[in-house]
Amino acid sequence: MQPFTQHTGIACPLPLSGIDTDQLIPARFMKRSRAEGYGDYLLHDLRFDGNGDPREDFPLNHSDRRGASILVTRRNFGGGSSREAAAYALIDYGIRCVVAPSFGDIFASNSVNNGLLPARVSEEDGERLLAALQGGERDATVDLNAKIIRCGSLDVPFDIEPVWRTKLLNGWDDIDLTKSYTAAIQAFAASDQERRPWMKPNRA
Amino acid sequence: MSASVGRPRTLFDKVWDAHVIVEREDGHNLLWIDRHFLHEGSFHAFDKLKAREAEVARPDLTFGIEDHYVPTRVRNIAQIDPAIRRMIEQLRANTTQHNLKSFDLNDPGQGIVHVVGPEQGLTLPGLTIVCGDSHTATHGAFGALAFGIGASEVAHVLMTQTLWQKKPKRMRISIEGALSAGIVAKDIALSMIAKIGADGAAGYAIEYAGSTIRNLSMEGRLTLCNLSIEAGGRSGMVAPDETTIAYLRGRPYAPKGDAFERGAADWLALASDADAVFDKEVSLDATQIAPIVTWGTSPDDALPITQDVPDPDRISDPGRAEHVRDALSYMGLQPGQKLTDIRIDRVFIGSCTNSRIEDIRAAAAILAGRKASVPGLVSPGSMLVKQQAEQEGLDRIFKEAGLEWVEPGCSMCVGMNGDLVPPGERCASTTNRNFRGRQGPGSRTHLMSPAMAAAAAVTGQLTDMRALLKERA
Ligand code: SF4
Repeated sequence: MQPFTQHTGIACPLPLSGIDTDQLIPARFMKRSRAEGYGDYLLHDLRFDGNGDPREDFPLNHSDRRGASILVTRRNFGGGSSREAAAYALIDYGIRCVVAPSFGDIFASNSVNNGLLPARVSEEDGERLLAALQGGERDATVDLNAKIIRCGSLDVPFDIEPVWRTKLLNGWDDIDLTKSYTAAIQAFAASDQERRPWMKPNRA
Repeated sequence: MSASVGRPRTLFDKVWDAHVIVEREDGHNLLWIDRHFLHEGSFHAFDKLKAREAEVARPDLTFGIEDHYVPTRVRNIAQIDPAIRRMIEQLRANTTQHNLKSFDLNDPGQGIVHVVGPEQGLTLPGLTIVCGDSHTATHGAFGALAFGIGASEVAHVLMTQTLWQKKPKRMRISIEGALSAGIVAKDIALSMIAKIGADGAAGYAIEYAGSTIRNLSMEGRLTLCNLSIEAGGRSGMVAPDETTIAYLRGRPYAPKGDAFERGAADWLALASDADAVFDKEVSLDATQIAPIVTWGTSPDDALPITQDVPDPDRISDPGRAEHVRDALSYMGLQPGQKLTDIRIDRVFIGSCTNSRIEDIRAAAAILAGRKASVPGLVSPGSMLVKQQAEQEGLDRIFKEAGLEWVEPGCSMCVGMNGDLVPPGERCASTTNRNFRGRQGPGSRTHLMSPAMAAAAAVTGQLTDMRALLKERA
């Protein structure tokens, strides 16, 4: 996984709350293979009209936000289904960091597992960032070491679980980490058979 | 073992502690996973497995289930959309290759994963259970720690039978008192979500407690735990009691004989210690709960059926007012309109939230001898529920009322199999998500209990089912 230390890019304001994973990628696109790329499906039904034409009033379609890699949005981003495709859609579109006051739990961990940073800010700071972007600011820098987002004259702190920060900074994949505990896992499974003889499915 | 052993512990703590393999100082815990359920959406995870040329670590603890994409009207997959068929065939290829038991379309136990696990006795108290589906919290009704995971985590569990997790905080939702006639777990859940918000339990493991919960059937507890994620909670649990044990005895995959009795004793000991401390406490008065419906595009946009659609101009919080305005415009509703004046186009009775035998009975009790004035689909949660309902003659009630009685699957909960609500249409639905487009692009969803959906089918508009119950009395 690509490590995330510091990133500078175009930030797009998305002043909506509760963007759920069904919005991030509607279910009908989830049959496609990842190899085809999920970027075109990101927020599909908000970005495009019934004819498949871009909605001009949708922020990601504004010409000055083309190529955006940072999304600034409102609370409860990524609630709902566990579809990791929601994170794939963001990443394949080119998003590296989503800034919001709160995130769906499963979405946030899926993001981290794919190198996408869910940066949690206070409601007030989120509104200040949105206002700055809507007022014409375009670029932002996200510094994961310092846990700071810089945008124009604003310096906004953000939060992230320490474990997730470490994972992102190092680009760690859990599986490699887990492999180093193989002996502990085997010992657990062996002693568990004694502790919980009823655990295993009683295959008919 | 975890450091918290010895102090008063909650139900959640006890199950968590029993599964910690490694506890790192940074808060990362490696948990042992007892059950892993897979469905057609698991292909991303199998692709990751293939990329690493890895095997499934514990095929005996891993089960496939065909539910998300399965057709509900024909069962021959040669006759369905090739893209959907490919999803089912991919799961079959993956479970066959790794020698996993799969409840496929031809299995007499097939159904929705969160219905099948409990009724097969695969779900047991004290287990850790994961599935690439956010409603995995459902299994917490048995006092299991069950939660939804993403594809990377599914791949990790497949390869190692473990998962890295940070410990969530604990929340207790206490519900006391007797429910009024016709009020069910769905109404409790929607009231709870409306009270704490769609992200109110984010970061928490929920325990449902109190006299109301003790008096709920397993079906009711399953509905309640199922909806934990709609309040943002990744898991929701109920302490095992005699209701739990009576339900499990004799289930196909449950332990037998002495092993069962040993299990039962262990399970009853899982209840939270009397002096255990929760990070957050919420309480609800069951006697005040009325039938609830949602009017908006988030599960916390919920109100008692006796009330009116909210008016954004009278909401002081600007963010909330904006959400309400957007939601009403998407839903095609007027501020201040009576909820009971909202006309509907169709009904759906099904999904892992409300498709168990009790749900089917409750809907049938309203529809018996009546006609539906709108079209609708009734999809029992599993082949076993379907069989039981047919033995009781409930299928005839739905068919005589003019509704379609179809095969089990996720169906119109998510529309992946092609069972969709057409754009602009309004559906009274027993499902769990009223998100924009959830039941199909442009679809409008109102969530409610099975009896409320049945009442809406009869009148063609949102209806207080108590009126239809009264006519019967
Ligand atoms: S019925 Fe709906 S919520 Fe339940 S498992 Fe299927 S898609 Fe998920």
